[in-house]
Amino acid sequence: MVTGEAVWAALAEIPDPEIPVISLVDLGVVRDVSVDGARVHVEFTPTFLGCPALEVMQAAMVTSIEALGGKPEIEVVLDDSWSTDRITPAGRKQLREAGFAPPAPRSAEPPRLVQLRSNAFRCPYCGSNDTRLENLFGPTPCRSLRYCGGCRQPFEQFKTI
Amino acid sequence: MSERAQRLLEIADDELVLGWRDSEWTGIAPFLEEDVAFSSIAQNEIGHARALYELAARDLDTTADELAFDRAPEEYRCAPFVELRLLDWADTIARRVLYEAADTIRLEALKADPDPELAGLAAKMDREEVYHRLHAEMWADRLRDEPRFRAAVDSLWGQALGVLEGELATVLADRMPAQLGWTPAQAAPAPRNGHSDGFRALWDEMTMVRRSIPGASW
Repeated sequence: MVTGEAVWAALAEIPDPEIPVISLVDLGVVRDVSVDGARVHVEFTPTFLGCPALEVMQAAMVTSIEALGGKPEIEVVLDDSWSTDRITPAGRKQLREAGFAPPAPRSAEPPRLVQLRSNAFRCPYCGSNDTRLENLFGPTPCRSLRYCGGCRQPFEQFKTI
Repeated sequence: MSERAQRLLEIADDELVLGWRDSEWTGIAPFLEEDVAFSSIAQNEIGHARALYELAARDLDTTADELAFDRAPEEYRCAPFVELRLLDWADTIARRVLYEAADTIRLEALKADPDPELAGLAAKMDREEVYHRLHAEMWADRLRDEPRFRAAVDSLWGQALGVLEGELATVLADRMPAQLGWTPAQAAPAPRNGHSDGFRALWDEMTMVRRSIPGASW
């Protein structure tokens, strides 16, 4: 008998395909799990719409639910329910430890250039705030590039969305 | 075809075709950071197209891939503005600045739409577009006094107005001077009917692999 708890636990073991230090649950992309007999319905909210890992994530969830003996139904929710604020505190810690600066919390207004160019962002390696924006974009849609004047290292900063 | 499906296809086609054009800078942008930026922006735009096609596909009982790649060239509803093959950096930046301004207005309207699916998806797209707008703002500021950039904006302005219809185009015309810090030369809006000369070649290339084995499962 599959339980919701077992499904959540199984999904929490699936790493993000592009940033494997964080799980799909800690990334906040699993919005809801409901179990009805063997049927397991998962509401999944993509991070960025153009993220090439979306299909890999869905396939991994299907495999892991099937391993529990469930019949997976993954519903992709294309609404506004995911933001970087959904990344859990544990997820933020894992990101920082792996050298990715976690996203700043969302505010009512979208970020502005003057903020992103300021030194309000902390280097994940040395903790210095002496950092500057190198590029709004980075190796994947969810990241920007910054440079730390303290330890003279470039680092990847999660965008706030 | 429902009005909703037509609307979805119009925006999806704009995003797909502009994503295609912007991706042409991958590997040949004037410096590495812009190579990364254009690749990322193109990826986002094509991702937006995919989500919009998925909503339209549900209404039309088809798939996003079929809508993106299996239609005849004359069935695409994109604005001629996004089709243009711009080989000049000033023109390319001018298009990004103008398109983002138009797209912002379109997304504002969609976010307020009574259809919750349209409004929800628009809100999600809008979060990502914030970074495209910042990129455009950065360039518009950097090139503000460059005659070549101003000439590029002037030459594309009528085409950009054609991305929007009616009242929304008026909003764009009203906002653009403040956003640029100067006023583009008067231009008549280029309507969204028919395609530019280069569209057929773009379509040929964009659909070439898929057409090579019709009906294949990729």
